[in-house]
Amino acid sequence: MTAPKTIYDKIWDAHVVSEDADGTCLLYIDRHLVHEVTSPQAFEGLRMAGRKVRAPEKTIAVPDHNVPTTLDRASGVIDNEESRIQVEALDKNAKDFGIHYYPVSDVRQGIVHIVGPEQGWTLPGMTVVCGDSHTATHGAFGALAHGIGTSEVEHVLATQTLIQKKSKNMKVEITGKLRPGVTAKDITLSVIGHTGTGGGTGYVIEYCGEAIRDLSMEGRMTVCNMAIEGGARAGLIAPDEKTFEYCKGRPHAPKGAAWEAAVAYWKTLFTDEGAHFDKVVTIKGEDIAPVVTWGTSPEDVLPITATVPAPEDFKGGKVEAAKRALDYMGLTAGQKLTDIEIDTVFIGSCTNGRIEDLRAAAEILKGKKIKDGMRAMVVPGSGLVRAQAEEEGLADIFKDAGFEWRMAGCSMCLAMNPDQLAEGERCASTSNRNFEGRQGYKGRTHLVSPAMAAAAAITGRLTDVREMM
Amino acid sequence: MEKYQTLTGIAAPMPLVNIDTDMIIPKVFLKTIKRSGLGVNLFDEMRYDRQGNEIADFVLNKPQYRNAEILVAGDNFGCGSSREHAPWALADFGIKAIISTSFADIFYNNSFKNGILPIVMPQDVVDVLMKDAEKGENARMTVDLENQTVTTSDGQEFKFEVDSFKKHCLLNGLDDIGLTMEKASHIDTYEAKLAAERPWA
Repeated sequence: MTAPKTIYDKIWDAHVVSEDADGTCLLYIDRHLVHEVTSPQAFEGLRMAGRKVRAPEKTIAVPDHNVPTTLDRASGVIDNEESRIQVEALDKNAKDFGIHYYPVSDVRQGIVHIVGPEQGWTLPGMTVVCGDSHTATHGAFGALAHGIGTSEVEHVLATQTLIQKKSKNMKVEITGKLRPGVTAKDITLSVIGHTGTGGGTGYVIEYCGEAIRDLSMEGRMTVCNMAIEGGARAGLIAPDEKTFEYCKGRPHAPKGAAWEAAVAYWKTLFTDEGAHFDKVVTIKGEDIAPVVTWGTSPEDVLPITATVPAPEDFKGGKVEAAKRALDYMGLTAGQKLTDIEIDTVFIGSCTNGRIEDLRAAAEILKGKKIKDGMRAMVVPGSGLVRAQAEEEGLADIFKDAGFEWRMAGCSMCLAMNPDQLAEGERCASTSNRNFEGRQGYKGRTHLVSPAMAAAAAITGRLTDVREMM
Repeated sequence: MEKYQTLTGIAAPMPLVNIDTDMIIPKVFLKTIKRSGLGVNLFDEMRYDRQGNEIADFVLNKPQYRNAEILVAGDNFGCGSSREHAPWALADFGIKAIISTSFADIFYNNSFKNGILPIVMPQDVVDVLMKDAEKGENARMTVDLENQTVTTSDGQEFKFEVDSFKKHCLLNGLDDIGLTMEKASHIDTYEAKLAAERPWA
């Protein structure tokens, strides 16, 4: 009898090509996602060495980080020369190396982590990598998915493998039901608030428990997306009927007999009774509140009903970091979070740019207007999400409320395109990082769920969405 | 890649915790399609004001640390994005070793591929090394990868752990892709098995 295994153990074992005596493995990669920012140097490396892409049929590219999200982008012009060169380099590399490609002009274009699942590239049990830390998103399908650097991008392009050592197993269980107004974003932020940004370092997290099972695939992607902010190599959720239902019929999902065979295999992907976890975190679903971040690290999480903490509330190196964060954020200890006035609302990103996120925000905004002077923007995660939202009437709700309705891309999540905060501008954002300068030089970011972002847009301050439900 | 030599150099103290990759190299510099030339923008927003003038009290702008080759940093160094531009910028500046209580996973792996040795030490050792780094340019630390030791300017020696494969690659300047290419027959075998067992993948 073999020892009980976690789902991570099972996926890992199924992908080991070879193993050295010291445990260093060559791991096979099923899907390699590529975008314009972290790939040019890798393709250049292939050219210099006269190498090809080993498995172009498993390699999928889409420009997302740099692309403008303004409606006039259909003209095909990117004003910023460096951005334009990067996107053009990807156009050329995709063509030269024969990989799948969704150019800016394609309705299926969008954020790589939204396009992958949408097109059925991401499937349970796969290994998925991309030169982007939020590759963790794909773990929602019971795939082992993580970000890699550009040298590793080149390695995967050339060999379809990665040199890896296995991580440890960590279980994050969210028990019971969530309370009204609490979403997947609140779960994932609360976990990071609990474990810290280094809490997952060296681990692959399996999220489980009733509250996780109850989430839609969109919600599960939001949870896994931020596993990286908790320091983990990857986060994943065992696949179930919801997963299969989501995958079925997608353009690159298996069909017919192949589908049946795939589902039979996917049903074996769960953690065996008695499997060993090196670390376990359990949080009661009912204890999770709608949360916001107050500082410049994703671990700076508090319930919306709380007050801004003081540096003395912390220990060790965090005291200095908190002092610096309060100064950067322009906040005072003891201030009520709901008294913090904001200038801008950003709804989008690979964390919260899916259809369910737009529905949640629209639900709050329906028939309401954003506060005078507020700058508010919705950037759907893909062209298809955008089209669906228009069909469902969500776009009209956003526009009527005063939001800008943009084209798909990463946009203000990392502000590599013109969508940026000005110095001192304060934003309620559905993205994933509140680092200094992340959304623009000296910009101030509060991470929230889509519903909380919508509520803030109406009142002009951080707001407890439960008051609007 | 060059072979990693024993290094004796100036160590700069950066006690801040959670130094993220946006701090190390802000996104505005990710638009390059090259690997080189990023050193001048290392820690850009901490190092320069909006007019491009140096901020005098930033550690790497201080005369005694301008030629630093080692960083002693707070916990969870390199968290955030996967951008390899972070180690490219550090390497281009001249940093060859970073010492902290922990590193973010992707940054840690990226460093080895660019001739930078990330060294994990317990808090009490980092505290000693931080104090040593604070002495300035006269305090030179020695990092010996072969023997896995860091030695302070006053001769205190501390052992560290490092993955044996990563150490081997760094010491010998080996290219990962070339090494993996030698195992091509294993990959062929795996792909044949995959096509039979999980054809949809």
